[in-house]
Amino acid sequence: MEEKDFFAKSVNSKYAKKIKKLTRVKESAIKFFFAVNGTMALIFIILIFIFLFKEGFRALDHIGLLDFLYLDRTDASGTVERVFQWYPTSEEPRYSLIPLLIGTFLTAFPATVISTLLGVGAGIYLSEVANPKLKEFLKPMIELFAGIPTVVLGFIMLVVGASFFNDLLHPANRLNAFVASIGLSFVIIPIIASLTEDALHSIPNDLRMASYGLGATKWQTVSKVILPAAFSGVSASIILGFGRAIGETMIVLMCAGNAANLTTNIFLSVRTMTATIAAEMGEVSQGSDHYYSLFFIGIVLFTFTFFLNLIAEIIINRMRKKNTF
Amino acid sequence: MKETKISVKDLNLYYGQKQALRNITLDIPEKRVTAFIGPSGCGKSTFLRVLNRMNDLIDHVKIEGDVFIDGVNIYDKALDVVNLRKNVGMVFQKSNLFPKSIYENIVYGPKINGIRDKKRLDEIVEKTLNQAAIWNEAKDRLNENALSLSGGQQQRLCIARALAVEPEIILMDEPASALDPLSTAKIEELIHDLKKQYTIVIVTHNMQQAARVSDQTAFFYLGELIEFDRTTKIFTNPSMKQTEDYVTGRFG
Amino acid sequence: MELKKRKKDFSGFISLGIVRVMFFFLAFILILLLGKIFIEGIGVISLEFLTDEPRNNMTEGGIGPAIFGTVAVTLFMVLFAVPLGVFSAIYLNEYAKDTFFTRIIRTSINNLAGVPSIVFGLFGLGFFILFVGKNLDEVFETGLLFGQPALLWASATLAVLVLPIVIVSTLEALNSVPKSHRDASYGLGATKWQTIKNVVVPQARPGILTGTILAISRGAGETAPILFLGAAFFLPNLPIADLCIGDYCIPMINPTEQFMYLAYHIFIMATQSSNPTETLPLQYGSTLVLIVLTFLLNITAIIFRYRFRKSLGRL
Repeated sequence: MEEKDFFAKSVNSKYAKKIKKLTRVKESAIKFFFAVNGTMALIFIILIFIFLFKEGFRALDHIGLLDFLYLDRTDASGTVERVFQWYPTSEEPRYSLIPLLIGTFLTAFPATVISTLLGVGAGIYLSEVANPKLKEFLKPMIELFAGIPTVVLGFIMLVVGASFFNDLLHPANRLNAFVASIGLSFVIIPIIASLTEDALHSIPNDLRMASYGLGATKWQTVSKVILPAAFSGVSASIILGFGRAIGETMIVLMCAGNAANLTTNIFLSVRTMTATIAAEMGEVSQGSDHYYSLFFIGIVLFTFTFFLNLIAEIIINRMRKKNTF
Repeated sequence: MKETKISVKDLNLYYGQKQALRNITLDIPEKRVTAFIGPSGCGKSTFLRVLNRMNDLIDHVKIEGDVFIDGVNIYDKALDVVNLRKNVGMVFQKSNLFPKSIYENIVYGPKINGIRDKKRLDEIVEKTLNQAAIWNEAKDRLNENALSLSGGQQQRLCIARALAVEPEIILMDEPASALDPLSTAKIEELIHDLKKQYTIVIVTHNMQQAARVSDQTAFFYLGELIEFDRTTKIFTNPSMKQTEDYVTGRFG
Repeated sequence: MELKKRKKDFSGFISLGIVRVMFFFLAFILILLLGKIFIEGIGVISLEFLTDEPRNNMTEGGIGPAIFGTVAVTLFMVLFAVPLGVFSAIYLNEYAKDTFFTRIIRTSINNLAGVPSIVFGLFGLGFFILFVGKNLDEVFETGLLFGQPALLWASATLAVLVLPIVIVSTLEALNSVPKSHRDASYGLGATKWQTIKNVVVPQARPGILTGTILAISRGAGETAPILFLGAAFFLPNLPIADLCIGDYCIPMINPTEQFMYLAYHIFIMATQSSNPTETLPLQYGSTLVLIVLTFLLNITAIIFRYRFRKSLGRL
C-alpha cells in the first residue's frame, strides 16, 4: 500500500523516503552545476593570470629583467651609453619599458586629473543640485555616453580634436599625450560622475537635515558634511577611473602619436603600454623575443590594474561596513 | 506672565493637493516648555517644522498664514532662512550626528558661522556639553567618533550640538521616543533645566511625558488645533471632548 | 531674537554655480561632437552603404560585411556569455552563502570588469587560440583549423569581457524578486530548483534581457580585444559556409573563419587608409552607424530597466 501511495501518509514511509532521495540527488547535482558556473569568473581571472605569465615570462629567457629597464650601449668609439628606449626591431633590440610607462602615465594622469574635477563636479550636480525630475533624465544620459565605443571617441579626437588643439596650442606634435588625455577624459568622466553620484546619494538624508537645522547653507552642507562622508566612495571612483585610463587602448592608439618618446612634455607624441601591444602584436612572429616581450608588457599592465581594482574594492567594502549603523 | 515668543496666525499647509494643517492659530510663550500631542498623523511634527521652515526643503509644500517670532514674520520673502535656523534649533527623533568626532560635531555650527578661534570653540564645546549634561562622559573622548556613543548619549550630544549655535528656541521632535526609560528620564531632566534659558517646543506621542515635562500643551487632531492650554488643565479638566477622549486613552 | 534680512550666500552660490556650469559644459561638448559625426556622416548613409561591400580601397561601397561580422560575432558572444553569466548569478544569489569564497568570487567579477581590453586580446591569443585551439587541432587532427585567429575565438574572448555585465544585471534582477515569493513557493512544497526555475527566473527575465542588450552593446563597440583574434579589414567573402546534410545545404556562419568588424573597420580606416581624405565621409558614415547602433541598444536597455523597476514599485 505504501509503495503505490503517492501522497505518502507519513514522512517515514518507504515511498516517501524514495522520493526524497531522488530529488535530493537531483537538487545536489543542480546546485553543483550552478556552483561550477558561479566560479567561472574566478577561474577566468586565474586563467588570465596563468596564460599571461606563461607567455610573458618566456621573454625573460633571452631578455634580462634589467633589459626591460635600460640598455647599456657601446657605440663605435667605445663609449658606453645607457639608453632607455623601446626599439625591439632595431639591430640591437632595446626593450626598455620606461618610455612606455611614461607614455601611459603621461596620458593617464592628466586625464584622471581633468576627469576628477569635471566628474566629481558632475556627480555633485546630479546628486545635490539637480531637481529630481531632471536627474531622472540625466542619469541615463550619462550611462548612454559611457557606452560610446572607444574607437568612436578615438576617431573624433583624431579628425576633429587634434586639429582643434593644434590650431589652439601649436604643439610640437599634432598627435600627442595631451590630445589623447582629453579623449581619455571622455571615457573616465562618466565613470567618476556616476560613482560619485551614487556615493553622495547614499549618504542618509538625516545628515542633511541635521546640517540645515543648524543653519547651514546648501553649499556648506555639501562641502562640509556630505562630501567628507562620501569620501571613500569618491576616492574609489577616482582610483577606478585611473585604472581605466591606464588600460585604455584605442584612444591612445589613435591619438597619442605612437612614437615611444622619453619625455615629460605632454605635447609630444608618446606610446603607451596598451598601444604598443595593440600596434605591434600583429607584426611579430610567434615565438620571437619581441612576441614574448609584448606579453611581458601585458603582465605589467594587468598587475597594475589588478591592484588598483583591488584597492578600490577594499575601500568600497570598508565604506559599506561603516555606513551600516 | 511670560511674553509670547512665537505667534502663529491662521496657518494652513498643503502637501500638493492634500491639506495637512488647517487654520492653526496659537501663541507660544517664551522660556516655557510647550508640548504638541495628538495621534499619529495629526500634523504635530509637520507643524513643528513650520516653525523653523524645514518644510521648505520638501517639494510641493505650500504654506498660507503667518508665523511671527519676536514680532518678525518668518515667512517674509526677504527673511534669511539660513539665519533663522541658527536662532531656532532642532533636535530630531533619531540622532543624526555627523560621522565625525564629538568635538567636530559640536563645532560644526559655530564654524559655519565664522567662529575660528580655537579657544572660543573649546569653550563652546565645554559649555554646551555641560548644558546637555554629558560633559563628564564626553570630555575624555572628544576626538573619538561621535557614533561610538550609546543612543541616549548621542541624543544628548545632538542637543549640545543644537545649543552650540546659541538659538533662543529649541524644537524637539519626539527626542526620546527611540530611547530606553533611563535615557528618557535624563533627557526630560535636561529639558527642565534648559527651559530657564530657552523656549522649548516638544512633539511627543507619550502623554505622560507631556504631562511631566511641559507647561503648556497643544492637542492636534487631523491637522487642526483642538485645544491649547496649561498642561495641568489639558490633562485634568480639558474643555473639548476630543481632548478628553484622547488623554483618557479612548483613542489614539 | 535677531532675524536678519536675506543675504545672498555668495561663495555657495558661486561654488554651486561652477558645478552646474561644469555639467552643462560637458554636455555641450559631447553634443557638439556627436552632432559633428551626425552631420558629416548622414550624407553617406543609404541602403547600399549598409549592405554593400567596400570597393576601391574603401573609397566606395559600404560596410555590409562589417555589419554582418559584428552581428555574427556578438551572436556567438551572447551564446557563450549569457547562459554562463545567468547561471553564475543564480549561484551567487540563490545558492551561495556569504563565505570568504563567495566574496572572492564577487571580487573576481569586479576585477574582470576592470581588466584592460587589450589584455583580453592577449588572453584570447594565449589561451583560446594557442592553447584551446591548438589542442583541439591535435585532438581532432584538423591541422591548423582551430589554432588560428577566428570568429569563434573572438566571440569567446568578448564573452569573457562582457561576462561581468551579464552577471551584475542578472544579480540585480534576481535580487529584486521579493523573498515572499520564494517563501510562498517553498511553503507549497517546491524544491529549490523548482522555485528558481518557475518563480524566480521568470520574474527576473526583463533584467536578464537588459543585461544581454548591454553586453551586446559593449561587445559591438570593442576593438582592442579582437585586433589579432581574427578581425580583418577586407575579406573577399563573408564567413559563411554551407552545412550540408546529403543534398540539403543550409548556409551557416562559419566560426573558424576570419571576419570583418565595424569597430575594427573604423579604426583601420581612420589610421591606416591610403587616401584618408577620400575615405573621410565613409569614416564618418561608419562611425555614425556604430554610434546609432550602440545608442539604440543602450536606450532600449535603459527603458527596459526603467519599466521593470517601475513595475516592481507597483507590486
